[in-house]
Amino acid sequence: MYSKKVVIHYPAESSEKPIIYELVKRYDLMLNILKARIFPRREGILVLDLSGNRENFDDGIRYLKSLGLGVEPLSKSVSQNTEKCIHCGACTGVCPTGALSLDRESWRVVFDPELCNGCAVCVSACPVRAMEVDLL
Amino acid sequence: MKKYKVIKTYQEINDKIRQGKAVVVTAEEMIDVVERHGDVEAARRVDVVTTGTFSPMCSSGAFLNFGHTSPKIRASKVWLNDVPAYGGIAAVDCYIGAGEVVEGDPLNSVYPGEFNYGGGHVIQDLVAGNVIRLRAEGYGTDCYPARKYERTITLQDFRDATLFNPRNAYQNYNCAVNASDRIIYTYMGMLRPRMANVAYATAGQLSPLFNDPCYRTIGIGTRIFLGGAQGFVAWPGTQHNPNVPRGKNGVPKEGAGAIATIGNLKEMSPEWLVGASILGYGVSLYVGIGIPIPILNEEMARYTAVKDEDIFAQIYDYGMDYPKGVSKSLGETNYKELRSGTVVLNGKEIPAAPLSSYLKALEIAAILKEWIERGDFLLGEPQQLLPSVSE
Repeated sequence: MYSKKVVIHYPAESSEKPIIYELVKRYDLMLNILKARIFPRREGILVLDLSGNRENFDDGIRYLKSLGLGVEPLSKSVSQNTEKCIHCGACTGVCPTGALSLDRESWRVVFDPELCNGCAVCVSACPVRAMEVDLL
Repeated sequence: MKKYKVIKTYQEINDKIRQGKAVVVTAEEMIDVVERHGDVEAARRVDVVTTGTFSPMCSSGAFLNFGHTSPKIRASKVWLNDVPAYGGIAAVDCYIGAGEVVEGDPLNSVYPGEFNYGGGHVIQDLVAGNVIRLRAEGYGTDCYPARKYERTITLQDFRDATLFNPRNAYQNYNCAVNASDRIIYTYMGMLRPRMANVAYATAGQLSPLFNDPCYRTIGIGTRIFLGGAQGFVAWPGTQHNPNVPRGKNGVPKEGAGAIATIGNLKEMSPEWLVGASILGYGVSLYVGIGIPIPILNEEMARYTAVKDEDIFAQIYDYGMDYPKGVSKSLGETNYKELRSGTVVLNGKEIPAAPLSSYLKALEIAAILKEWIERGDFLLGEPQQLLPSVSE
C-alpha cells in the first residue's frame, strides 16, 4: 500500500473532467479529498490523500499528467520560512494534524510536511507570517 | 535586617566583570548550580544570572525626531508607511506605537482581520534599515508655516530614535482557554471552542522577573538587553502590581510586576524587535529582553534557581469571563505542565501552546552572558527599586 498527499492543479479547460471517478474506477485508488476549489471553466486545485498499490498509484499520477494537470506532493506547497520563524510555537496550538510541533529539546518549531493536510490555518495564525502555503 | 552569609556589592561584581573574572550563568544553568551546591555556595561561586524573554509586548513604541524641515513644520499629524504616529508632542517629535494599525486596514470588518501591517512592523522595518515613507501635516503657525511634509527616511536619518516601552516583561501572565462554543480570536491567539486549546506566554524559569520575584535588584537604572542592544529599566511598568497572591518562594501566581524600558533604537536589531500580526486582534511587537540578576547574597541565588514547576499561572476563560471583566480562574497550572504541551484542567487534557519563544529567550540569556563575560556589559545599580510587596 502506497500513500501520499498530492496537489492537483487544473487548467481551466480540464475543470469538467471526472478525474476522481477515473482514479477510483480505472486505477483502483483510494482517495480522501482534503481540499477542493473547482469552478466551471476556471483553473482549480484539488488536494488528495491518495493511496493504493504502488503500480496503480504511479499509473494514476501518469494519467493525471497526461491530461495536462499539474501534480505535486503536498509537501512542496507548504513550507516553513525558517528565516522568518521565531519559534514561538503559536502555530502548534492550532495545527489540526500535528504537522507543526515544538521540539522540546531544541525548542524549535518543527514542520513535518508528511503530516500536513494543507488546511492553511497556520498561515494567518502565525504572528510573523512564517508559514507559506501555495494552494491558489 | 536579615543576616546573609554571602554579601556582594554591585561595585565588586562590576570590578570582576571589568577584569573578565565574573562568573555568569543563565537562569536555566543556575537551577543545577543551586541544586548541586546549595544557595550559599552558589552565591559564592556565581556573580550574575542572566535571563531572557521574547514575546509580543503591545505596550511598546518609539519616540522619533525627524529633524527640522525647511520651511519648518509643527507636525501635528504624522504617518510612517501610512501607520499613524502620535504627533501631539513638539514640532518634529512623534511616537509610533506597536499596536497602531496601518490606515485603511479593513480591521475586523472582514472577520477575523489579518492585521498585516502596523506600528510594530514599522519599528522592525526601521531597525532593519528599510526605507520608510514619512508624511506629516501641520496647521501652519507663524513660526512653523509648512502644512505638509513628505519624504522617505531610514532609521539613521532620524535625529533621534528612542525605544520607550511603557509595559514590558510582565512577570506572569494569564493562560487562555475558550469555554464558549464558537472559535474566538484573541491577543492570546486563536482559541478553539469548548476549551480545546490553551495559550500561554512568558518564558517561565528563564523569564526576567520570575528570577527576582520581589524586585530586590531590578529598578530604575538597571541595565538590560533590549531589542539586541543595551537599554535600561526606566520605571515600573504600567499596571505594575506587586500585591498579588504569591507562593512561598515569593513568585506571583498571576500577573504582577512589569517594567518600562528604554534604549537607543538606532542600536537595535530586527532579530529582536519583530512586528506581529495577531489574527482577529491586531498588531504588536515581539520584544527581546534580558535582565542580568546580580547574586548579591544567597537569597538571590535561591530566587534565580526557581524552576518551572514552582511557577504557577491561572487559566482564564476568554470566551465569556475575560471580555466581561470577570476574573475568575478556572484552575491553576505551572510552567512545567504548560511547557510539556499538555495541561490538565478539571480532569481533561488540553494541548498547550506558547506565544513566547523559549528558543529566543535562551538565546538572549546566552548573549547577555557572553556580553558580561567579555566585559562589554556592566551592571547598572538601580537608583530606586520597583515598588515591592507591602511588608
